[in-house]
Amino acid sequence: MAQAFDATAQEKELAARAQEALALARKLGASEAEVGASVDQGLGVSVRLGEVETVELSRDQGIAVTLYVGKRKGSASSSDASSASIKAVVEKALAIARYTGEDPAAGLAEASKMATDLPDLKVHHPWALDTERAIELALACEQAGREVTGIHQSEGASLSSGEGVRVYANSHGFLGTQKGSSHSLSCMLIAQDEGGMQRDYDYTSARNPHALRDPASVGREAARRTLRRLGAKRPPTGTFPVLFDPSLASGLVGHLMGALAGGALYREASFLCDSLGQPLFPEWFSLGERPMEVGAQASSPFDGEGVQTRDNRFIEDGRIASYMLSSYSARRLGMSTTGNAGGARNIRLEAPLETLEALLKRMGRGVLVTELMGQGVNGVTGDYSRGAAGFWVENGEIQYPVEEFTIAGNLKTMFAGLQGLGGDIDTRGSIHTGSWLIDAMTVAGSRV
Amino acid sequence: MSAHTSDLDTAVSILLTPSGLDVAALDKGLGYALGAGIDYADLYFQRTWQEGWVLEDGRVKEASYNIDGGVGVRSLAGEKTGFAYSNQISANALMDTGRTAAGIVRSGKTLSGQAVEMVGAERFYAGIDPLAGLTAEEKVAMLQEADRVARAADPGVSQVSASLSGTYEVVLVRASDGSLAADIRPLVRFNVSVIASRNGRRERGGAGGGGRYSMAELKAQGAPARYAREAVRQALVNLDAVDAPAGQLPVVLGAGWPGILLHEAVGHGLEADFNRKGSSAFAGRMGQRVAAPGVTVVDDATIRDGRGSLSVDDEGTPGQYTPLIEDGILTGYMQDKLNARLMNMAPTGNARRESFAHMPMPRMTNTVMLAGQDAPEDIIKSVKRGIYAVSFGGGQVDITSGKFVFSASEAYLIEDGRITAPVKGATLIGNGPEAMGRVSMIGHDLAMDTGVGVCGKEGQGVPVGVGQPTLKLDELTVGGTQS
Repeated sequence: MAQAFDATAQEKELAARAQEALALARKLGASEAEVGASVDQGLGVSVRLGEVETVELSRDQGIAVTLYVGKRKGSASSSDASSASIKAVVEKALAIARYTGEDPAAGLAEASKMATDLPDLKVHHPWALDTERAIELALACEQAGREVTGIHQSEGASLSSGEGVRVYANSHGFLGTQKGSSHSLSCMLIAQDEGGMQRDYDYTSARNPHALRDPASVGREAARRTLRRLGAKRPPTGTFPVLFDPSLASGLVGHLMGALAGGALYREASFLCDSLGQPLFPEWFSLGERPMEVGAQASSPFDGEGVQTRDNRFIEDGRIASYMLSSYSARRLGMSTTGNAGGARNIRLEAPLETLEALLKRMGRGVLVTELMGQGVNGVTGDYSRGAAGFWVENGEIQYPVEEFTIAGNLKTMFAGLQGLGGDIDTRGSIHTGSWLIDAMTVAGSRV
Repeated sequence: MSAHTSDLDTAVSILLTPSGLDVAALDKGLGYALGAGIDYADLYFQRTWQEGWVLEDGRVKEASYNIDGGVGVRSLAGEKTGFAYSNQISANALMDTGRTAAGIVRSGKTLSGQAVEMVGAERFYAGIDPLAGLTAEEKVAMLQEADRVARAADPGVSQVSASLSGTYEVVLVRASDGSLAADIRPLVRFNVSVIASRNGRRERGGAGGGGRYSMAELKAQGAPARYAREAVRQALVNLDAVDAPAGQLPVVLGAGWPGILLHEAVGHGLEADFNRKGSSAFAGRMGQRVAAPGVTVVDDATIRDGRGSLSVDDEGTPGQYTPLIEDGILTGYMQDKLNARLMNMAPTGNARRESFAHMPMPRMTNTVMLAGQDAPEDIIKSVKRGIYAVSFGGGQVDITSGKFVFSASEAYLIEDGRITAPVKGATLIGNGPEAMGRVSMIGHDLAMDTGVGVCGKEGQGVPVGVGQPTLKLDELTVGGTQS
């Protein structure tokens, strides 16, 4: 049931549509214009308790036009990229641009900054996967998890595989295209004891299907993660060191990058306003991005407005070395774009790494957090308060699972209180990091 | 009957006529999605027009317009679902997507001579285009008014952003059980966010609201000035906030939006899919006590013009008033057709999907706890030391363990029965069934939220409403920094 997807033909087609939209925008009176277009196709299957639950074929496309009339801006988009639809989209964008206000900072990124070095970063690895094979893999994954003693129920396993093409073009004459693929397999299981039910999951995801982990190992890891949560208690209330596991530490990096983003800075909505050059982390910690890394999750030679991407260092020897800017936010702040329209790409940490055991020893008595819940992070003040689950640690060793507690602090003090980084690096996402040990946070758990 | 007949005519003229299709032609389309072993199939046609305006720094900075639409085709066989969609509505697309969806069991047979029944007589909102009726100049003026009012409200206000958005959605469902339904769904929202500073401290405040009506109605309600004042008030309160306590405390929740507690603590756990699969902390507890006496929770799709209201759901079942918990006893689940059939129960009009490109599943509409007898001031007076939380940023639940969180964005200390200092935003965490058992006082002041909720499940977002009276929970874990 695999659908044909000719990425190269799609790339040509989208590029032609984008050029058509740009030409029309100029003809109808836009002084500058940019177009983003994409098409994605995928197969998703899910199985539960050894049976197929869903089979889904997806195909999504869209075209979005932003244009400027002098310093006024209008945008319109559609899921239909036919000529008639492109005409309607451009006309609508022009019509609404009349009503927006003049914004001196509005406009495309500078023509001189457009990417000229456009190597193939090898992020397109299609998978000739038919539905039957996809089902087999998902079944094998769930089966391996359900065979583990103690697993009594399943939320199932899912496999999804997709590829797509993205095109960005603007009236400077820049045209960038990128073909990409993404494949993932996940499993969620349930176990029960007298204290109630617990669930947890594991997943593997990669641009190249050969880089996916073996389905059975994903199922077994999901089972291990589920079973270790049984018998959870509440931790004591008080101030303790907190060890964030790698998937959660990448969330802390996410909060950092959110606060360094130009959009938050010019809106005064960041706790890191006016902090360039200031110390934020210990001296041994540096952090940057590597957008041109071959085959990585977020690799791209150009950013969301065609600007050449580059290796930015955001934290250097513990100090804030750079903000993360698009051309618009840069103009608002009187600075230059850092090639970060659309965010950071492939964040990597530079710091000494320790084993998880060494970090636990160093922590002594505290909480290892493996799950966070809710959105309790205030980007304006850096105040942090979230629901958590994990393990209570005494004498550097895991004692028992804990749940139904909160951890609270302020991101600035948490960053300054970073004690160590784990070598247990999670490479599944765009941010690669191991565990983070933070010296002190308030834990609210059982009655004092 | 005229109301829904005209909705059907509108839907047919928008969704089918341009492609040369009519209602009769859908039988053939449905036939591709059916076959031996397939219990049920449906076609879901949708078209949406979205408009958004954003003001920042006193000027309208962004204006955007989006047109989306297509058809989703689903085939069900036992617990199996085959699903495909196309953003082209045409006879060919129906054939391709139908065959793909039916591919889960393969084969093909035609549907002939079926009696088609028009679903749903009652409308809970007007079938209008909410974007029409105001000129672009009037929309811009609403944003500018919000900016003006917010800046005039306090000299400490340094940043104001305001947004006006609206969606005009036209839906038509044709299912193999003979049902045919159409729905015209307007949805609008106005939001204001401000940053205020004083003595080197900076805080955000936000407010907004809307529902299933027109942008003109938002204007007539005075939404810009109302939400601008409210956003500034909240930012100023937070400028004075002290660190929140950490530990287990009595918590009083204000009326309205704090109903997000119900959405997280019980709502998701009562969606039929999780209960059929036995993965919800409420599974197998029908007829049992799951909340304190006096607690009655309903899912109500019939609230006039409500953000989460549905005249018909995304499978063509009429929107309903569904009791979930009555006087503390679990009495109902929220059902879609698939789970209702497998559980041998009736659909409750809770099948929802983000768009034609997503599969429907059981979802909440407006989730409400009904009013009790207590005066809100008596509820505050009854607390020696605790927290009074009136606004929240969002929440999350693990339906299996029952653990839920929600994050306060405006809260106060209660000391000796009096509301005293505002406290910084803190996350509250609890266990759904346990927390519901600790509800000890229920106010007589039931209120709905102002219409801003978005609920996410398996990556699909849908608009929802919540409502509740002032409520006291004897104990909940408060995630402050003062231990």
